[in-house]
Amino acid sequence: MSIIVFLSSGLFLGWSLGANDAANVFGTAVGSRMLRFRTAAIICSVFVILGAALSGSGAAHTLGKLGAVNEIAGAFMVALAAALTVYWMTKLELPVSTSQAIVGAIIGWNYFSGSLTDTGSLTKIVSTWVICPLLSGVFSFLLYRLTRWAFGRVNVHLLKLDHYTRIGLVVAGAFGAYSLGANNIANVMGVFVPVSPFRPLDIGLLSLSNTDQLFILGGLAIAVGVFTYSHKVMGTVGTGILHLTPQAAFVVVVASGLVLFLFASQGLEAFLASHGFPTIPLVPVSSSQAVVGAVLGIGLAQGGRGINYRTLGKIASGWVTTPIIAAVVSFVALFFLQNVFNQKVYRPVVYQITASVQQKLSTKGGFPAGLRALKGARYESAVAFIDALEQKMPSLSRAQRERIASLAMLEPLVVDLSRLEREIQDGWLSKAQLVVLRGLDGQRYQHDWELGYALAQAHQCWRPRPSSVGNSFHNKALKTRLKHLVQVFGKR
Amino acid sequence: MSLFKKTKDLVLKIDDFLDLTAQTALHFKEGIRLYLAGKKEAFEARLELIAETENKADALKKLIVNQLYAQTLIPESRGDVLGIMENTDEVIDWAKSTMGEFAVECPRIPEELAEGFMELTVPVTLAVESLVLATRAYFYDSSAIKDHLYKVSFHEGEADRIADRVKRDIFASESLSLSEKMHLRYFASHIDTLADRAEQVADRLGVAAIKRAV
Repeated sequence: MSIIVFLSSGLFLGWSLGANDAANVFGTAVGSRMLRFRTAAIICSVFVILGAALSGSGAAHTLGKLGAVNEIAGAFMVALAAALTVYWMTKLELPVSTSQAIVGAIIGWNYFSGSLTDTGSLTKIVSTWVICPLLSGVFSFLLYRLTRWAFGRVNVHLLKLDHYTRIGLVVAGAFGAYSLGANNIANVMGVFVPVSPFRPLDIGLLSLSNTDQLFILGGLAIAVGVFTYSHKVMGTVGTGILHLTPQAAFVVVVASGLVLFLFASQGLEAFLASHGFPTIPLVPVSSSQAVVGAVLGIGLAQGGRGINYRTLGKIASGWVTTPIIAAVVSFVALFFLQNVFNQKVYRPVVYQITASVQQKLSTKGGFPAGLRALKGARYESAVAFIDALEQKMPSLSRAQRERIASLAMLEPLVVDLSRLEREIQDGWLSKAQLVVLRGLDGQRYQHDWELGYALAQAHQCWRPRPSSVGNSFHNKALKTRLKHLVQVFGKR
Repeated sequence: MSLFKKTKDLVLKIDDFLDLTAQTALHFKEGIRLYLAGKKEAFEARLELIAETENKADALKKLIVNQLYAQTLIPESRGDVLGIMENTDEVIDWAKSTMGEFAVECPRIPEELAEGFMELTVPVTLAVESLVLATRAYFYDSSAIKDHLYKVSFHEGEADRIADRVKRDIFASESLSLSEKMHLRYFASHIDTLADRAEQVADRLGVAAIKRAV
């Protein structure tokens, strides 16, 4: 029962995402009266859920790395803080991005719990806040020019053009909603992934991991938001910054959908990586930013006339204030939840350079003297450990310090197969994998990475394959299984 | 009916409406020619034809407007399309009422002035025909609208010029009484107004075309 109470804040956040961000996808289509709200809402809901369930995990991973909220009460408050920020700013009629709210709220939790904010992930995320509207603007500028050029050459009857534009809007909107689900489900349910109360589920051919179940639930919450509250927002999105023709509305939907897709598609990431291209980070981006960028791109393609710069300034200021407000709300709310309601909002994580960490770090060029001085000492939070590292080894880069911290994190676990039998279903692990795992029954580890390391040492069926398109699926599946094993064996 | 069939059906209806407008112009020209030639019965038959065309166009216009709004088609342009249809319908009405007034008032047009009246009818008819082409271009090929709009304007100017000359000839005539002169001037103006009406629609079409291009 308490699980439902704790998840409720995530569902509330999902609802507000449905009301706001999903409205962005179809806003221009409904605003320009090309699609009825009902049609838009149905398509949007179906494809948001599909996107969340089928390819939602890519962006969730980055958000999980930003800060792994390790107690469900904490996750509850982080999601609630983000949802309240979104709700409050919507009430004040300030445009708001769910992505930014959740990132701010997670950082608030990191500060409160003394955890590390992964600078790599944070940089990735913040940089997309600039890249996303920019890219969307460029896409829409080019697409708009292209469609204008095409319509100048092909003579289509006004009514037939109207008909094709409607079909285009439905297809592009479905694509946009799918991408939104894939990209933004991480915002709604991402913080619950490390503390997921669900177990993997097999329904015939379909196997749903605990994350999948969370995502479907979140997708449903988004759908409810779309149906109950997005109508008004859709009306204003279409006409707020610039008056859009139906064809321009189509361009906006395609451009913003493309951007959301780029930042969520694991398939594309694998394709780019295997062909030696730089990959696009899988990050939850803001659909409002994408749409604003796209509308602006069209405004510029039209020569910059008719753009409402005041509205634009208001929107841009919201992008700066949202994460800050969410971080503050999250911090204060966590304080209350812990001290007034006596809830455990985070599990203190201890950091220690143990023998196995020393062994792991010694493999190349001996063991540094600075680390030897830290060996054996226990640090009660990531921040304390990093401070100590900084004192002893000032020459280390931030990334190096963070890597050492991630290895030194104590996450004691006991391999207990009797526990596993209750948690997983037959066939979840291959026979070979199960045999190897049985071999480790009863083993104790101090760090979570040690289990994966030991399994990989024991047999190749637990080893990740060299990264390529063909192997990415195998590696991902392996990672998910390891993560779940750590979760099961680590439970006290 | 599927949306695709509905669209196709509406495209056909709009085409039919424009065909009827073009037919009206031709009936009008032929009707005036018959009247000037003194062929009263043939003229009456032509008047019946133009009245029938006008009825059909009226009914078609109502269907088109209903369909546009009931199916929320072309939300951006339907206000313009509605306006253009209404104004074009007024052009048809005007052609019919001009013929009707010839039938009712039977103005006596002396032979030396008949040629002037016929000459006036030609650019007036051409203005309406060019308007039909411009409207078709608005739906099918907006880049060609300008060429047709220019022609509407040109023929309207021609009509004004000829109407002015005809009126001068009327008042210079020695075989007509003042009341007859004023009567004929009224008819010359009535014919000329048809071109003015066509130009008004063309102006509206021009604005709608710019809106489509933006």
